[in-house]
Parts: sequence; structure tokens; C-alpha cells
Amino acid sequence: MVLSKDLQKSLWITFFVLPGLVIVAVFILLPLFLSLFNSLFSWNQLIRGEWVGFGNFRRIFFTSPYRERFFNALRNNGKWFLVTMLVQNIFGLVFGYLLSRRIPGHGFFRRTFFIPVLFSIVAVGFLWGLYLKPNGLVNAFLKLVGLEGYSRAWLGEESIATFSIIAVNIWRWVGFPSLVFLAAIDAIPLDSLEAAYLDGARETQVFSRIVLPLIVPALTVITVLTLIGSLNVFEQIYTMTGLDGSPNYSTDTIGTLFYRTAFGSVDSGNPEIGIGSAIGVVIYLLTFFASAGFIAISRGREVEL
Amino acid sequence: MNTDLRYTPSHWGKNLVLLVFHLFMVVYVVLIFYPLFNMVVSSLKTTREIFQNPFGFPRTLQWQNYWVVWVEKGFYRYFGNSLWVTAISMAFVLLFGSMASYGLSRYSFRLSFLLYLLFLSGIMLPLKAAIIPLFILVKSLGLMDRHLSIILIFIAMGLPSTVFILSGFMKTVPKELEYAARIDGCNDLSIYSRIVMPVSVPALALVTIYNAVPIWNDFFFPLVFIQSDRLKTLPVGLSSFFGQYSTNWSLLFSGLSIAILPMLILYLLMSNYFIRGMTAGAVK
Repeated sequence: MVLSKDLQKSLWITFFVLPGLVIVAVFILLPLFLSLFNSLFSWNQLIRGEWVGFGNFRRIFFTSPYRERFFNALRNNGKWFLVTMLVQNIFGLVFGYLLSRRIPGHGFFRRTFFIPVLFSIVAVGFLWGLYLKPNGLVNAFLKLVGLEGYSRAWLGEESIATFSIIAVNIWRWVGFPSLVFLAAIDAIPLDSLEAAYLDGARETQVFSRIVLPLIVPALTVITVLTLIGSLNVFEQIYTMTGLDGSPNYSTDTIGTLFYRTAFGSVDSGNPEIGIGSAIGVVIYLLTFFASAGFIAISRGREVEL
Repeated sequence: MNTDLRYTPSHWGKNLVLLVFHLFMVVYVVLIFYPLFNMVVSSLKTTREIFQNPFGFPRTLQWQNYWVVWVEKGFYRYFGNSLWVTAISMAFVLLFGSMASYGLSRYSFRLSFLLYLLFLSGIMLPLKAAIIPLFILVKSLGLMDRHLSIILIFIAMGLPSTVFILSGFMKTVPKELEYAARIDGCNDLSIYSRIVMPVSVPALALVTIYNAVPIWNDFFFPLVFIQSDRLKTLPVGLSSFFGQYSTNWSLLFSGLSIAILPMLILYLLMSNYFIRGMTAGAVK
């Protein structure tokens, strides 16, 4: 049997693309679509009830206890994003810049900074969870150096628990932006840097006028990844202060709230598929629009050589 | 890198600023190594010693902790499950991912860009947020509490970035190689397997690291889909172990060491490979 050339080509394309496409369609695209669909119905456990339109969304935004829990969690996700941007990514930028200037020991620093990036969030969370206990290593260290007055229940006080967890996450992840920025700076053509130095530009000028504008794509990538990461915080809370975001919901995030709604429940003790799906949709929309926003802003600032 | 641009001591103010940041880097290095060192030392102490003498060394080394955790508490099984699930998932991510990349990058056809976008839609959006429909789907497929559930999800999670990285790479493979092979009588499958795949080995290595590390470390999906203790992967096994023995810190530190040290050793053996792989999605 001789097949026509076009048909043969189509068959080959189907053969190559289909297996991957089916898996992506069934396990990514379909659930994505179903989240949206499910969020528009009321649910009794796993059984779909009647169409409620945006009723589930209204309950999240306007009805107790969901309203308080949702906005409290969202505020914490906001803290995660801001603190991570300000502390982790600025340190990452400075570290990356210094590594690109080949300061003494740069090879060793580069390798070492990336070590915690490889560890699972769960192992890191449990490890630091032990260290941050009232009788853990951190307080023992403060006592050792005579700063006992600064001892805290790092994960037990409402005002600091979230920041303690963020600090642990920064410990784990700061090597990532450092090395992404290092790669971006190393990719800058040498002539532009040389020219600046020959013109007598100071270090700060080189950094702010030449290096920064040329690594805008890397800054965008890191910002978007930080945003996605901050909206998806879950394991860190689960391992260090528990699913309820204790103490008194002060470390609760959208991720843990979503999990409790979907599998345990905030209100009745039963899974709330409708409300859970609505929270899932909100996570998707926030991720999508915020990322798209950052990408649009930075597009205008990119400089091509 | 031009040597002229290396850091050279110059103005004292600049030196001071550099010194401060250099100090930060040294402090961070200590903050990385000391907690890991303390973890291993603590794993060899008794719980009493950990509390009474947190910075000291154990009087007698409690090596049996490792035996207890590895054998009695079933960490060997968690470890084996993680290896199995990661290996099978990665094998299919690489197979289906490279096939799809080949199909999308080496043929020109009308739907190709649309299909490419469909694959990529999974890159930015967090699959965790779709856990409810995934849960219903897995349940209705009868895959609850079976490794196949998380393997399928891990394959789906790995495919978008794999298609993104690999199809970009495969586009750069010269068409002439393909024409020459066709004249020699190769069909499309053997061009894929004998020409394009061998040339793509560096990109395949990157993709492997990029996906295998997050799959190995993943906690969320096994937490939802695996209930039997004998099927748990390392992160979930570690988590239930922490729930059960929360006061026996000596054992907890041994469990943590077993979870963390293999990755550390693997990294020290091939750090550049890991660094390039993990940053592959963010660095052009």
C-alpha cells in the first residue's frame, strides 16, 4: 500500500506529538478547564449540585468565615512576595554581580550558594522547624553569644512566624537568583563594560547604567518566578507551622487555605469542592495577570545592544 | 572573561563596600554548612544530648539511629519508591517530550504553533491549583493510592518545560543532516532516533536535571494521592515520620540526614551540571 506523501507526513506528526499531547491535555488542560467549570456549581461532597454562577466567588470575597480567611491568607502571600523581592532578590543581585566580578573565592561561593536549592522544601522546612523551636539551635546560639534577650518562639509568635518561615525559604533559595543574575551579567558583551571603564565610569555607574538595563530579562524572569512561588507557598507552612497556619492563622497562605477547603474544610468539616475550585481559579487568575503585567512592564525597559 | 574587569583593590570606600558584601557571602556560607553539619552531628547524639549540649559532640556515636530509621522505620522503602517514581516519570518525560519536540520543531504544518502553545500553557500555571479536578480524575480512573497516579502527573508536569527547551534546541539541528539520512533510506523514526536524538544529548541532560530534581523533591501530589505507607516517597515518608516521632529529635535528625545527604553528595560530584540544569529555564 502506498500512502500519499501528505498523509504520510500527517501520520508521522501524529505519531510523534500525540502521546505527549494526550498526557498534557488530560492532566493539565482538562483539570484547568474543570476548575473553572466546577467553581460555578454548588457541591455536596463529590457530587455536583446546581449552577450557582459566581456564588462561590461571592462567598470567598464577601461571606464569613471565608472572607476573613481569604484576605488574611492573601495578605500573607503579599508579605512573601515583598520580603522575597526585597531581601532574597536584592542579595541575589549583589551576590551575582560580585561573582561576575570574580571576587576572591568566587568559584567556591558559586558552588556553595546553590547547595540548598537542591534540597526538598519539606526536608529544609522540618530541619529549620527543629532549629527554630523554643528549645532549638537558634535560641541556644543566642544564649551562647549572650543575646538571650532576643530568644523567641520563632514559629509561635503571630508577629514573627511568617517572617521566620520566609527567612528559611530565603536561606534555601537565594542561590538561585544569584546564579541566574551571574549568568545574565556574564553574558553582557565585554566591550560595553570596557568602554565604560575607559571613560572613567565609577563602579556604581557601571552597575546602574550598564549592567542593570542589560539584565532586564533576567530581572523579569526572577520577578515572575518569585511571584509564582509566593502565590504557591504551601510546603513551607505545612512543615513549619502546620496546615492551619498557626499561630492563629498568622502564617496561613492561599495554598494552605486552598488545601483545607478542598480536603478538610474551613467551615463544615467537609470538602468544599465549589469554594475550593473558586480559590483555585483565583490562584490561576492572579498568577496569570500578575505575571503578564510584569512581563508587559519590563518589555518596555529591555535594551538591545 | 577579560582579566581587566576582575575585581581589583582600588578606592578605599569601594573596598569597604566590597568587604561588607564579601563578609555577607562568608556568613551565608557558614549559614549553609553549619546547620547541615549540626544536623549530622545531632543525628549521632541522644535526644538528651541534643538539648543539653546542642553545639557539642556526642559522647558515644549513636550509629544505630541510622539503622533504626533506614530499616525499621522504612526509609529504605521511601527511598526506593522515590527512585522508582522519579526514574519512570523521567523516562517518559524524555521519551514523549523529545518526540513531541521533534514533531513540533522538524515539521512545518498549520497547527504546529497552536500545539506548541498548548504544551507551553503548563509552564506558567501552577498545577497544584487544579488539585480538585485532578483528585476526581485520579479517583475515577481507579488510580488512588497507586504510583501510576503521581507518575502520570509528574510526566504531565515535566512535558511543558521539556518541549520548550528541547524544541528550541532541535530547531538548530541542520536540516542537511536530515536530507542526507533520507537519501540513505532512513525513515522519520530513524531520523529522530539516530540523528536528532544523539545530537541533542546536551539539551537532554539539562532537561533531565531540570525536571528530575523537582520530581524527586515533590511533596504535594504524593501527599494527596498516596496513603499506604509502603508506597510513600521520601518527602511524604519524612513528613509522616515527623508526625509520629516528634519528640525523638535524635531519630528526626537521622531521618533528615538520610533525606538530605544523598542529594548533597550527588551535587558535590557534579555541581556544574546541576547548576546549568536547574537554571536552564531561567537563563537563555
